[in-house]
Amino acid sequence: MPKIELKNVYKIFGEDPNSVLPLVQKGATKEEILEDTYHTVGLDNVSLSIEEGETFVCMGLSGSGKSTLIRHINRLIDPTEGEVLVDGVNVLEFNEKELLELRRHEMSMVFQRFGLFPHKTVMENVAYGLEVQGKPMEDRSHIAGEQIKAVGLNGFEHQYPSQLSGGMQQRVGLARALATNPGILLMDEAFSALDPLIRNDMQDQLLELQSKLHKTIVFITHDLDESLKLGDHIGILNGGKLVQVGKPEEIIMNPAHDYVAAFVKDVNRAKVLRAKTIMLSPEKYTSNGKGSGETHKVLENSFIEEFLPLVLEKRSVVEVIDKDGNTMGFITEKELAQSLSKT
Amino acid sequence: MKTNWKYWVPICFVAFWGLIIISYRYAKPRYKPENISDLLDDFSWLINWPKWLDFPLMQPLNAGFDWLITEYGMFFDGINNLLLGLYTTMKDAVVGLPWPLVVVLVIVMTYFVSGKKMGTTIMVGFCTFFIGFLSPRYWDKAIMTTCIVLIGIFLCLVIGIPIGIAMARKPKFRKTLLPLLDLMQTIPSFCYLIPGILLFGLGAVPAIIAIFVYAAPPLIRLTDLGIRLVDKEVVEAADAFGASKKQKLWGVQIPLALPNIMQGVNQSVMMALAMVVIASMIGTRGIGDEVLLGLQQLNVGMATEAGIAIVLLAIIFDRITQSYGDKIQERTMPKKLKKV
Repeated sequence: MPKIELKNVYKIFGEDPNSVLPLVQKGATKEEILEDTYHTVGLDNVSLSIEEGETFVCMGLSGSGKSTLIRHINRLIDPTEGEVLVDGVNVLEFNEKELLELRRHEMSMVFQRFGLFPHKTVMENVAYGLEVQGKPMEDRSHIAGEQIKAVGLNGFEHQYPSQLSGGMQQRVGLARALATNPGILLMDEAFSALDPLIRNDMQDQLLELQSKLHKTIVFITHDLDESLKLGDHIGILNGGKLVQVGKPEEIIMNPAHDYVAAFVKDVNRAKVLRAKTIMLSPEKYTSNGKGSGETHKVLENSFIEEFLPLVLEKRSVVEVIDKDGNTMGFITEKELAQSLSKT
Repeated sequence: MKTNWKYWVPICFVAFWGLIIISYRYAKPRYKPENISDLLDDFSWLINWPKWLDFPLMQPLNAGFDWLITEYGMFFDGINNLLLGLYTTMKDAVVGLPWPLVVVLVIVMTYFVSGKKMGTTIMVGFCTFFIGFLSPRYWDKAIMTTCIVLIGIFLCLVIGIPIGIAMARKPKFRKTLLPLLDLMQTIPSFCYLIPGILLFGLGAVPAIIAIFVYAAPPLIRLTDLGIRLVDKEVVEAADAFGASKKQKLWGVQIPLALPNIMQGVNQSVMMALAMVVIASMIGTRGIGDEVLLGLQQLNVGMATEAGIAIVLLAIIFDRITQSYGDKIQERTMPKKLKKV
């Protein structure tokens, strides 16, 4: 069972969304709707499922509906039509109290501009989720202290957010989200407001935390490199429609839409594609006639950039193996050239 | 937003003709044209406003007011006794204290409320002393005025802040209340001072009511604005962590709106002091009646002296509320780095 599932979700902003819904369902575009009815289409028939423990990255340009999408999962925004299932339960049927419980225990959120409480110290900010749950003071400060240490902010517990740099503030945001130990982490452009070096650090920190915690993460971004780095699956949104969902290498190798193709055009493929994605099967390799020279063994999950220098230097053929040492396939210069060329 | 003219045009049209017909029916017979056709023969009614075109608002208002006094007199007496009792107790308690003790109490209070700011404390202490120094008669009168202002402001806080919060939450409520606030601020104060006398008698109580009417709107407006100006993402964060409405209001919205609310309190206090002088004309005792007395005797020096006393009182109130607001702001938006 998927952890989170959206089924045919529509969201229309405006005075009377229900009257506009049939038009959208008939296939009118976002621009037509805006011109004819002054309503804005936020989401247009979005269905997706996110498995437990994976990082799902939702990517799109501004105005594509990605922030709207993530707010449907914790119901900060209610859909005009459709179902939102968490652990197989339709959260739209929750009453006020059940919804508060869901937000308090099941999921938490990290915001683009951090959303920290300026009148609370770092410690109080991190403990906020626990405070709302009604946990006693000692538990709160104990857990919050651990989380602050986990994101590397010890010593800053009694500072106010305005006294910290952007990167540090977002670490407070991350610690606050992790403090309630939720199953689901919603990250709305969490690193977009940070400068590139710090963003890189934060991405590494998130990957490291995730390798230990195995949360279900929904990550929103407009940055393709970020989505390729973090995502187990990537969903690409355009004008409220989900145009493609897939693993990072599927998106790169087979863009399903011109919009996606335009997105992936400039990406550094050597950084994203793995050996197993581009290798030839052993049968095909032998039928093509064995290449000359020595072979190098490379693990199936390594990225092209990791073995590319070796191949260029030694002019060798790469033998792809799994972690038990079995031969999975081969890569010659031809495959490398094909996979790295942009067309 | 599109206005639905399809409904509004006929409604306005009907209302307009309804008003004209009502005016015509209730006009005195000698003003009325004998026949509608007269209006078409003689066009002089187009030059000067015709006397029959007079909407009868005065009579029903008078009737309504009389009805209010006879039917709900007990209710107003209750309010009167409550406020008067509160005022008398408070006034007698402070007037009974030795004056140096009062000066010291004001200084100590300012010191702690302002967050131990020496400058403000000295200034306020000096102003307090100077009120009695101007004229010994002013001391007790200043205490009376202060008590009236404090009770009026207390009413503003207790009633105004919840209304401001409700306005911030419900746009429809705000839309309906805004004209009422405009009315409260623009209607000449005598229009509610005199009925105040009829309802509550002469003295402090109508002044307290007048202060509420005049000074509550800025507090209500600034509370509403302050709550709405709280960063949307911060409120969203509180929502995302499952804060209930109550937790959100007390834990996030009010603390972050507090600098604006304090500004509202400050504005209310200033307007209350302005009203106190006007209220002296309906027999409210206090420094205001010294101003009035001076003007009645054409004693410019005396009026000015009393005016200065009121200014001093205003400075005291302003400095205390303002420095308290600054202290809160410092707490919510600290600029200086604390030592770790």
